[in-house]
Amino acid sequence: MGEILLLAFLFLIAGVVAVPIASRLGLGSVLGYLIAGIAISPILKQLDVDVVSIQHFAEFGVVMMLFLVGLELEPRLLWSMRNKLLGLGGLQVGVTAALVMGIAMALGQPWSVAMAVGMVFALSSTAIVLQTLNEKGLMKSDGGQSSFSVLLFQDIAVIPMLAFIPLLALSELASVANSAADDGHGTGMSLVDGLSAWQQFGVTIVAISAVIVGGSYLTRPVFRFIATAKLRELFTAVALMMVVGIALLMTLVGLSPALGTFLAGVVLANSEYRHELESDIDPFKGLLLGLFFITVGAAINFDLLFANFGQIIALTSGLILIKSSVLLALAYAFKITNANRWLFSLGLAQAGEFGFVLLAFTVANGVIPAPLADKLLLVVALSMLLTPALFILYDKVIAPRYAGAQAREADEIDEDGSIIIAGVGRFGGVINRILLSAGYKTVVLDHHSEHLERLRAFDIKVFFGDATRPDLLHAAGIDNARMLIIAIDDREQAIEMVRYVVEHYPHIYIVARAFDRHHVYELWAAGCRDIIREHFDGSVRAARSALEALGHHPYDAERQTRGYVENDKVAMRELAGLYDPDIPVHENTAYVERTKAILASHEDAMRQSMAGFGSRIERGWLPPSLDDQAAAIADNAAKDGSSTQ
Amino acid sequence: MAKLIVYYAHPGHKYSHANKAMAAEARDVDGITFVDLYAEYPRFEINIDREQQRLLDHDVILFQFPMFWYSTPSLIKEWQDLVLEHGFAYGVGGDKLAGKCMILAVTAAGQNDAYTRQGYQQHPIRTFLTPLEQTAKLCHMDFSAPYVLYGSLRAPQEGLLEPHVEGYRKLLEAIRDDRYDLQAAVHGEVIACNELPILEGA
Repeated sequence: MGEILLLAFLFLIAGVVAVPIASRLGLGSVLGYLIAGIAISPILKQLDVDVVSIQHFAEFGVVMMLFLVGLELEPRLLWSMRNKLLGLGGLQVGVTAALVMGIAMALGQPWSVAMAVGMVFALSSTAIVLQTLNEKGLMKSDGGQSSFSVLLFQDIAVIPMLAFIPLLALSELASVANSAADDGHGTGMSLVDGLSAWQQFGVTIVAISAVIVGGSYLTRPVFRFIATAKLRELFTAVALMMVVGIALLMTLVGLSPALGTFLAGVVLANSEYRHELESDIDPFKGLLLGLFFITVGAAINFDLLFANFGQIIALTSGLILIKSSVLLALAYAFKITNANRWLFSLGLAQAGEFGFVLLAFTVANGVIPAPLADKLLLVVALSMLLTPALFILYDKVIAPRYAGAQAREADEIDEDGSIIIAGVGRFGGVINRILLSAGYKTVVLDHHSEHLERLRAFDIKVFFGDATRPDLLHAAGIDNARMLIIAIDDREQAIEMVRYVVEHYPHIYIVARAFDRHHVYELWAAGCRDIIREHFDGSVRAARSALEALGHHPYDAERQTRGYVENDKVAMRELAGLYDPDIPVHENTAYVERTKAILASHEDAMRQSMAGFGSRIERGWLPPSLDDQAAAIADNAAKDGSSTQ
Repeated sequence: MAKLIVYYAHPGHKYSHANKAMAAEARDVDGITFVDLYAEYPRFEINIDREQQRLLDHDVILFQFPMFWYSTPSLIKEWQDLVLEHGFAYGVGGDKLAGKCMILAVTAAGQNDAYTRQGYQQHPIRTFLTPLEQTAKLCHMDFSAPYVLYGSLRAPQEGLLEPHVEGYRKLLEAIRDDRYDLQAAVHGEVIACNELPILEGA
């Protein structure tokens, strides 16, 4: 127990210290974690910690990340990426593997070892690249999308590679391999061992169908069932259960867990529970990935590195050079332009975490001899360590040269800025319909499953979730949003939400629904400046209707009520300034005095003219009195007289 | 029988003397259409289709309004801007109003002699009405001499309002019964209540 706490504390403090420093220096969080790992590696060695097994555990962060990526990717979007996915991804893996294999053979390796090395090095690091692209907001750019296509293809390609590698086994290593076959890379449990190829294929299809069908039809009833308990942590538990369950299923049938959760993510991308899932999984993903990067840093074998310094460095730079050249050539072939071309080429130039898995697997299967594998492991880790440096190169040297193109990209992201509507009952519903009809993109959040079902029936896209949770607002995209409309039923939570968003996202325009006058003051005090009372317009219209029915000319009724609204708005502004949420209204003397004064002036105005509230509405179209007229005419006559004289 | 529509516009209807009396009279005439624009569109949300249909359904379009700052009350301007669409009232295919006639019935606070070169308004009243006149022309409509009440604010005291309102009823009935001499009216300058070009016995 104590040891676990010590380890956890060690990893946490290393991350907490290193990442903010790295971020402030503009190095990105990934490099921060890697450095943290290197820093604590002597202590870990002292404690005799098995870093590699922690790493395998932390790799689950990649699985979660692909689930989240899938959530962001609607099936339609995935389909539109198919050319890039297969063409770009397939060529990258194929060409890189072939080139690496050729060079390895030239360096004197047998063809089977060379081919295995080619496959290991063809893969890039999904964890580092996606994390960095997200952090820099480059995920939606052309370069980001192309990178993602390639990474996704690589994640899929791991599966046939795992199937193919045992066929390359060297006879002299085979006996060693047999004894080390199960070394704990998830191949220990399997449902498909001993099945014939077509049976395996059948099981695979069934498993994938189970993910798709379950995602489509089971999520909703499960979440509805969970919602009845009204416990937030249950949602987190369900989300985790889903991801872990899918990963387990995929492992059992010998498929990539990352691929399975990615698929589940895509299936759920259109679901109303998307943002809920996103915000539940995101912290776990972040922590696990951080842990993963720390273990990469900690696992670097410095003794081996310094013993073979020249060789390892040469291999690493050679690998980065080959990979980036292949990527650059592909970028030209697939017409990826400007800075995006370089982002794509430099970003994917490292070997990846699947390289660790494949290397261990090749050793276990007797394909690559262990001493060589140890060196290759160093190359993989070093190339990952250098990736943040390549991103910095991109940021500082390459991107500025294409500043024009970059500015255009930023605009696109701006346009993407959506409007978040929290609460979609009668009030939020109307707002949503009007904004949609005006062509705006809205993200609608509500935690009443009855609202959701009603709206879903009319094809209105709504997401399930408690909009007062900061993490859900984050998942709904508040960072890029341009406006937040608060139409939730709970008055206290509405105030809290205003306070939170005003503090953390001061650039976002907030429109809030208030229940009554005091709610207006409280929302005002919280920092909202566009507050709409929910029943105010309705009651004003009803009053106008009454005046019309009482025989007032419709335009007079309009002016009369408009005058009331105007006066009320002025009084409200004034009183909002005096209102203090910490003092009960009746003890707030300034407020009470001012209210009395305003009421008195209204009464005065009403007594003076039967028409209404003060002079404001009386100013229109009053003809001058006869005396004024006579004076004006006399004045004009005098002027005319003087000018003609 | 000519089909006549009277568009009345006065945002301060309840303060009005002349226009209120005229409107009450017009509302009372049988066989014509009377529209109080400010009552129908108090929030300026003019129904373009309905208004265009009204124009198609009538032969003579009369606007009754007080002169405000040498122009119409703002709702009439809004009405023009929205209803007289290209392709309907003017421009390519815009011949739907061709051959119809526009008449104005205006009240002005200034006296008769104010609307002269020497008067303090410095122009005859027709000069201030040229935008409407040209609007009618562009819509292929005839523009009849306006029916004018000068000195409208003092007219009730000076006994001038009653004959003007009476003349207004005669004018409307004559148009309705095809007894109004539009030829003469088109060429006239302004028309006062004692010189209505009404054809007797038609």
